[in-house]
Amino acid sequence: MIIDQEISRKMDALREHLPTEQSLLLPLLHEMQAKAGWISVEAIKEAAAYLKLPPARVQEVVSFYTMYNRKPVGQKHVQVCTNVACFLRGADKLVEGLEKRLGIHCGQTTADGKYTLNEVECLAACGTAPVMQINDDYYENLSDSVLKDIMDKLDRELSHGPS
Amino acid sequence: MVQVEKLLTQHNDVEGSHTIDVYRSLGGYKALEKALAMTPESIVDEVKKSNLRGRGGAGFPTGMKWSFMPKAPTFPDGRPKPKYLVCNADEGEPGTFKDRLLMTKHPHMLIEGMIVAAHAIGASRGFIYIRGEFVFETKRVEDAIVEARKMGLLGTKVSGTDWSFDLVVYRGAGAYICGEETALLNSLEGKRGEPRLKPPFPAMVGAFGMPTCVNNVETFCAVPTIINDGAAKFASVGTERSGGTRLFCVSGEIEKPGVYELPINVNLNDLIAHCGGVLGGKKLKAVIPGGASAPMLSAAETDVAMDFDSLAKAGTMAGSGGVIVISEDTCIVEVAARLLKFYEHESCGQCSQCREGSHWLARMFHRIEIGQGTEADLNAIAGICSNMAGQTICAFSDAVTGPALSSVRKFRHEFEEHVRLKRCPCKPEGHVPKHDHHASATL
Repeated sequence: MIIDQEISRKMDALREHLPTEQSLLLPLLHEMQAKAGWISVEAIKEAAAYLKLPPARVQEVVSFYTMYNRKPVGQKHVQVCTNVACFLRGADKLVEGLEKRLGIHCGQTTADGKYTLNEVECLAACGTAPVMQINDDYYENLSDSVLKDIMDKLDRELSHGPS
Repeated sequence: MVQVEKLLTQHNDVEGSHTIDVYRSLGGYKALEKALAMTPESIVDEVKKSNLRGRGGAGFPTGMKWSFMPKAPTFPDGRPKPKYLVCNADEGEPGTFKDRLLMTKHPHMLIEGMIVAAHAIGASRGFIYIRGEFVFETKRVEDAIVEARKMGLLGTKVSGTDWSFDLVVYRGAGAYICGEETALLNSLEGKRGEPRLKPPFPAMVGAFGMPTCVNNVETFCAVPTIINDGAAKFASVGTERSGGTRLFCVSGEIEKPGVYELPINVNLNDLIAHCGGVLGGKKLKAVIPGGASAPMLSAAETDVAMDFDSLAKAGTMAGSGGVIVISEDTCIVEVAARLLKFYEHESCGQCSQCREGSHWLARMFHRIEIGQGTEADLNAIAGICSNMAGQTICAFSDAVTGPALSSVRKFRHEFEEHVRLKRCPCKPEGHVPKHDHHASATL
């Protein structure tokens, strides 16, 4: 079970502001993913039971939105924007560099489960392009050297815990 | 030189501008006080007189949109129907990043604008729909709502009046289409973000079936200055049909990218010069003047004012204010292929013209870019586009045709060269295209 007391409490607080049970679905899935890392078929059934919705209602929502991971992701989910503004500022090279460094292609997770790499569409930070998002955080004005520093730091964090 | 007139972002650099104390010390929430003493009709009139037009993309006159809201709607059994106010903060049009700035630096300006708007249309609830990736911005706005509630500016009996209004933040989950207002409403209801057929318009049947008004972040943020300093002052900046300043988001190959608040009718050449010119002193090739969906302008077409009407006359659109600058060294075919890949990914799939059309176009442009395109591909593009534009539930399909048609029409020689050489002339000979654009799967 993913939905615990804390998630339930958050949903209760939101209920005061949202007129229907179904409107809790997106926030609930966000909370479930924050805890479990991804949305499994079991998670879909659990969300459906919690909101008294047919599981298909939940499934069709999960598959519609790109932020819901339908398979497990690494501890660090690296998402590089390659849309036009970032592309014009060299995003492709960054992706290439990351693929080389991590030894995986976009859409894949490293064997040790530390990193998942993905290309994403516009993150709405084009003025500081190129940009990427790792888990909840934005990293902007990227260059090869800035990227290297970020990744070195994450490597250290993943092997020793946060500094 | 451009005239720098700031009405929204003059306090960008003030430390703590996002907190209620600093916001109030700079005159914040005075407009709310003033608005609560005004009748709803006079607020709507003031906004009409300001010539404020929606900053999300469509440029619809804001005061008029508010006036479409029914005065006292009722259910069939006579009970009063609640009215809702929604802020579209699903900033996702490629090239646009102003709402992020506003929510980061001035969340209370947004909240104040929303409370004034809610009073004007008689709304009892408000929803701020923020794109899911904006985790930091979401927290900022949520914290500001808590502050405002503590001060009695939100909740039961707003500022000691008999009227109650509260706000909640709703996070999106990664879908460009949710920036379309009816898709946003479906998403807010916990559904797939698929646009709705109109009519009925949201003013009649909106969020949760109730009369609803949806406005963009920047639109709401313009409301306090209009109420404080009067519609005339706002209208005095800009044109007769489009008042005020606009937050232009300048990106791409430009020396000083960023958000620039300037009169809405600033000349595009002046705007580019104001941002330091093309990156590295290169020559300009093209500009996308209003976010990805706006048809490109060639370098010969940039002597144009940036207001809605002037850009429409120039065959493009002011859209969301995202100005993407492209230099002479960049391959237009590759830029267009990127954009079409985006649309292919983001089409919601409801309408076959859009679902299939965006897919075909993305494949064709990619094929041409990597040297596998034919003359027949080039000639088919216009036909596909004519089967998409105006044929679907929402304007997404039309948006796809913006970059597709403008790039081929204005830079046809570049496309023809790709076909003739069977490779991208901007890449070194023997260059092997790394990705098939379908290879990079998303989760």
